[in-house]
Amino acid sequence: MQYIRAHVLICAGTGCTASGSKKLEAALHEELVKKGLDKEIKIVETGCHGFCEAGPLVIIYPEGTFYVRVKEEDVPELVESHLYKGRVVERLLYKEPVTHESVPNYNELGFYKKQRRMVLGNCGHINPEIIGDYIANGGYEALAKVLTSMSSGAVVNEIKQAGLRGRGGGGFPTGMKWEFTQKATGDKKYVVCNADEGDPGAFMDRSILEGDPHRVIEGMTVCGYAIGADEGYLYVRAEYPLAIKRLTIAIAQAEELGLLGENIFNSGFNFHLKIKEGAGAFVCGEETALLASIEGKRGMPRPRPPFPAISGLWGKPTNINNVETFANIPQIINNGAAWYAAIGTEKSKGTKVFALTGRINHTGLAEVPMGITMREIIFDIGGGIPDGKNFKAVQIGGPSGGCLPKELLDLPVDYDSLVQVGAMMGSGGLVVMDETTCMVDLAKFFLAFTQSESCGKCTPCREGTMRMLEILTRITDGEGKVGDIELLEELARNIKNTALCGLGQTAPNPVLSTLRYFRQEYETHINEKRCPAGVCSALTGYKITDKCIGCGLCKKTCPAEVISGELKGRHTIDQEKCIKCGDCAAKCPLKAIIKG
Amino acid sequence: MSNEQANNCCGDNAHGQFQKLDQILTEYQDQKGALIPVLQEAQNIYGYLSKEVIDRIGKKMAIPTSQIYGVATFYSQFHLKARGRNIIRVCQGTACHVRDAKTILRALEDNLKISAGETTTDRKFTLETVACIGACGLAPVLMVNDDTHGRLTPEAIPDILARYL
Repeated sequence: MQYIRAHVLICAGTGCTASGSKKLEAALHEELVKKGLDKEIKIVETGCHGFCEAGPLVIIYPEGTFYVRVKEEDVPELVESHLYKGRVVERLLYKEPVTHESVPNYNELGFYKKQRRMVLGNCGHINPEIIGDYIANGGYEALAKVLTSMSSGAVVNEIKQAGLRGRGGGGFPTGMKWEFTQKATGDKKYVVCNADEGDPGAFMDRSILEGDPHRVIEGMTVCGYAIGADEGYLYVRAEYPLAIKRLTIAIAQAEELGLLGENIFNSGFNFHLKIKEGAGAFVCGEETALLASIEGKRGMPRPRPPFPAISGLWGKPTNINNVETFANIPQIINNGAAWYAAIGTEKSKGTKVFALTGRINHTGLAEVPMGITMREIIFDIGGGIPDGKNFKAVQIGGPSGGCLPKELLDLPVDYDSLVQVGAMMGSGGLVVMDETTCMVDLAKFFLAFTQSESCGKCTPCREGTMRMLEILTRITDGEGKVGDIELLEELARNIKNTALCGLGQTAPNPVLSTLRYFRQEYETHINEKRCPAGVCSALTGYKITDKCIGCGLCKKTCPAEVISGELKGRHTIDQEKCIKCGDCAAKCPLKAIIKG
Repeated sequence: MSNEQANNCCGDNAHGQFQKLDQILTEYQDQKGALIPVLQEAQNIYGYLSKEVIDRIGKKMAIPTSQIYGVATFYSQFHLKARGRNIIRVCQGTACHVRDAKTILRALEDNLKISAGETTTDRKFTLETVACIGACGLAPVLMVNDDTHGRLTPEAIPDILARYL
């Protein structure tokens, strides 16, 4: 038998591929062949580790040495030193941002230490394009258990007991949803997986699909058995080509082994899965809009009831869950409801994957038990704020969520606590902001997004978000009026109460929560015509400080030609004519041009 | 997708002969809800959905043209006008926004001398914005066709564009 003495795991997720992991892999393969090591050292292409910031990531087992930002030119040294002589290449190790100490081992990294990676357990450790890797890690055992030893009622009961709640945003109890669909009468039922991850700033579903697609397929098949469906659809965003590719491979492999298709495990149960590619519409994340889209129509939501559990896809009972929800199913079946329910808080069970982005040292995916504090997520796992800046707020739940100021950093993160403070779990996007982020601009950003994604069916959302956006644009352009804040609040309340679907009902949340915690910033924009964070360009200008040495670079760069000054003398900007593009500040070698 | 687009955009005769399209229509004829995948495949062949293509689909699938226009204009993926050989999609998502994605878009507009939503006169590039491409860890990011480029600075833009000339 061939003896493999080391495995080199190279991340082939979207992040690392963009950072050059494919070229790295080719170079490594070539080097191994050259050195004659290719028979004893195996390269494994894995899915996402969730630590995209430091990509391309390489882990070498059995030691578990974790190398970051590995480039093609590092390959000869890596092979010669680590794989040949067994010496760790110190300079490629990750250095903790605070202590600057290098961390040799994967498990000792601050980013991973406080995490509890269950749903993401396989991501980054198995090859997502080989079904055997998933099976070797206990994959499809849950499906076997369900089909050979459990009744459909027992499966639904197990999920109910586990206390799993929908991970897509709403937090509705999954077991109850399954029960409704199971009890609905109908000769034909469907399972639908919502993989239309549209929240800007959230990418956990993408990583699960790219890194461990079989987990989702298994979860969906278990659901099919529980509710009595023999057909399922995965509705995936068209913007996720790699996820679609890996799912297509995974479905074909599962069919080949008889884990999908007719008479699975000789149980008489049939289940077929199809992929439906989205066509670019955020509102399709709403379940009734998603169903309309699968049916080939404009993806517009409709009033509920009837809920999809009673009348869904083509009028048949349909159970829709999000990717992360389905990915939780196999472990609940394998380990039992009691095991799962012991993790998390009283009303929010299990773990949640958060996407940490924005002004934070470790951007990436973090899976943590429910009930952990925001401070632990941002500072212990996320490594705090870069460049010596201070934490200002964190936006949770994307365009439907709200922001939390630093006073709420010790809030336990679960569905209900977040709603109480005006935010929501949403899909789990966490965008961290420091003092250079303007909260009015941020609210405008989210509203511009929901406004352009509003499907236009109901008036409150179509017209209301438009009016709110106009007011916010006015404020950030320096034309805010007294009374604008009150008008925003009134519109927000009306839209929340009267919009047809989740998109409209939650669209005002970013405005309401920034008003709740950063009202003063709105007032400064309106009353003093000033943007304290220096973001809103109409309310800020550029100044040349006395650090200027008169090199003249800014003068050459300025597209409006409004900078004057003699060579070696201090330059000045004509504030009247300045278009505030910031090009001069970007070019200045001494950083002598500042906003303000 | 884009390579296919480039190779196949002239593969069918636009004046009445729709062999490839007809093949696809036959493939999907018995499937429920096939309109969106058919439009996606048609766009892969022709690069965009022309009036002729939409008429043909309507006729073959027995769907009113008005309904097809309704669907095609609802989703951001579909285009009714010809586009460039390379599609640049600049992410304007939250993570990119707080990491100055605006300056990236401006650098692209300056370099290509077009605004977002437009195509260069030589049809080499179409510049679009996208709400999020889910590569937030590398913000700010953009996609050219299916390649993702991350950790961008305005200075990096000319080099990236040069790779697709």
